[in-house]
Amino acid sequence: MSDTTYVQLLDLACGGLLLTAVLVLWRRELVVIIGVFAAQGLALAALVEVLAVHEGSAELGGVAVGILVLRAGVLPWLLRRALAQAGPARRETRPLVNVAASLLAAALLTLLAYAVSQPLVTLAPSPATHAIPVGVTVFLIGFFVLFSRRRALSQLVGFLLMDNGITAVGFLTTAGVGLIVELGVSLDVLLAVLVLRILTTRMRETFGDTDLDELRELHD
Amino acid sequence: MSALGIVGGVVQPLLVIAGSPVLVGVMRQVRARLEGRAGAGIGQPWRDLRKLFGKEPITPRGTSEVFRFAPLVLVATTVVVAVVVPFVTVDSALDPVADLFVVVALLALGTVALALAGLDTGTAFGGMGASREMTIIALVEPTLLVAIFALSVRVGSTNLAAIIASTLDDPSRVISPVSLLAAVALVVVIVAETGRLPVDNPSTHLELTMVHEAMVLEYAGPDLALVELASAMRLTVFLGLLANLFLPWGIATSASPLAVLGGVAAVAVKVTVLGAALAVGEVFLAKLRLFRVPELLAGSFLLALLAVAASFFLA
Repeated sequence: MSDTTYVQLLDLACGGLLLTAVLVLWRRELVVIIGVFAAQGLALAALVEVLAVHEGSAELGGVAVGILVLRAGVLPWLLRRALAQAGPARRETRPLVNVAASLLAAALLTLLAYAVSQPLVTLAPSPATHAIPVGVTVFLIGFFVLFSRRRALSQLVGFLLMDNGITAVGFLTTAGVGLIVELGVSLDVLLAVLVLRILTTRMRETFGDTDLDELRELHD
Repeated sequence: MSALGIVGGVVQPLLVIAGSPVLVGVMRQVRARLEGRAGAGIGQPWRDLRKLFGKEPITPRGTSEVFRFAPLVLVATTVVVAVVVPFVTVDSALDPVADLFVVVALLALGTVALALAGLDTGTAFGGMGASREMTIIALVEPTLLVAIFALSVRVGSTNLAAIIASTLDDPSRVISPVSLLAAVALVVVIVAETGRLPVDNPSTHLELTMVHEAMVLEYAGPDLALVELASAMRLTVFLGLLANLFLPWGIATSASPLAVLGGVAAVAVKVTVLGAALAVGEVFLAKLRLFRVPELLAGSFLLALLAVAASFFLA
């Protein structure tokens, strides 16, 4: 792969990450959000695959396949199942921050990410490290989703978005964190999602809803 | 000012004026066929315009010059944009005017003139339409500026001819994330600015939802014809701008008759395909609630801003 194609494909994958992160904020329907999250998993896997081909590392290629299976396949499938159990409440009815304001907040977060990751970029300027702000942006947007949404499922998507951002930054900075570390992190995420799913189901069985704001009041 | 620029300056406005009602006709025909209707044919907008131009000019009682001049301002600004923006030839007739900020300001001037005319009539619908149009344009203009600005960052100039020429030199730029984000943002704002679904429905006069139609409700005869022509021309200009910023191939780079003819054919095909795609998209869309429109436009503004940010990140 020539250098210009490498840079272009890398940039394209980063653009995909950024676009999907914004779409999660933009759309209200949980079904769409989960689909967008799957697309982001695809973009992340593509990013790692591009890095793997550039480095010529088979191990990294294997990690990319693992990421593809987990983040574009298993996790969205688990979320969809949780949503199917949730019944007709398929929309994020009232996000704490309205959509227009949260999009503007995302714009500010992008600039913040750019500002804070400058020292990292200057340490070792390369096409991969130049894309670090994208990973940081995805992380910050994920954090924003985590605290600005009411439904447990959208908060879960926010958590996973954060994890996608962390993974992206990890691969962009180190070009390979090692198979074992990545495997450990992936299993961790999978377990967290499974546990949170069970928690969501229990919450709904107990309170009839997963709107976390309603849980502030004590029930008999 | 080069010979190529002058040829472009003459050919482009003629092409836009003659072609824009045909474009509207094509779009209506595509929609009609997809909805299972026969449709009125692609020449119908021109026939409507001829009929309207033949009527006597008439204005509502109590309206001032603002109302009478608005259609002229609208048409004039659009014609200037059609002259200067590189549609057919890569050189511009008036190079300093073919600037991003000038072009966007000219297009905004037309919109503002029409909104003032809507207010001038003093009717409820005119004021409502004007207020809605201002809500939309307040979000559309910054997005338009920022999206095209993202493309101008790597060129180092806000001159549209320079941006298009540099894309011709380096075609691989088209699939960069900067271009893709800017393209998505531009498509959304163009849909909003030209009053198409899901922001405004050009084929209805439903008082609860109309935006553009509410402002022009009081126009009749030749004035209405001018407004209709201008809005068709604006649609053509916006689609032509979108096509040439991202896919400039086929544009004439020399003043030979064959190259100019090729440029005319290329821009006609590109705009027609984009228009048809827009019409097909409209069939599957419902109109958005008015209060949801700022959400859509804020999203496209964010995408435009991300395009600018990405042009710095990933440089």
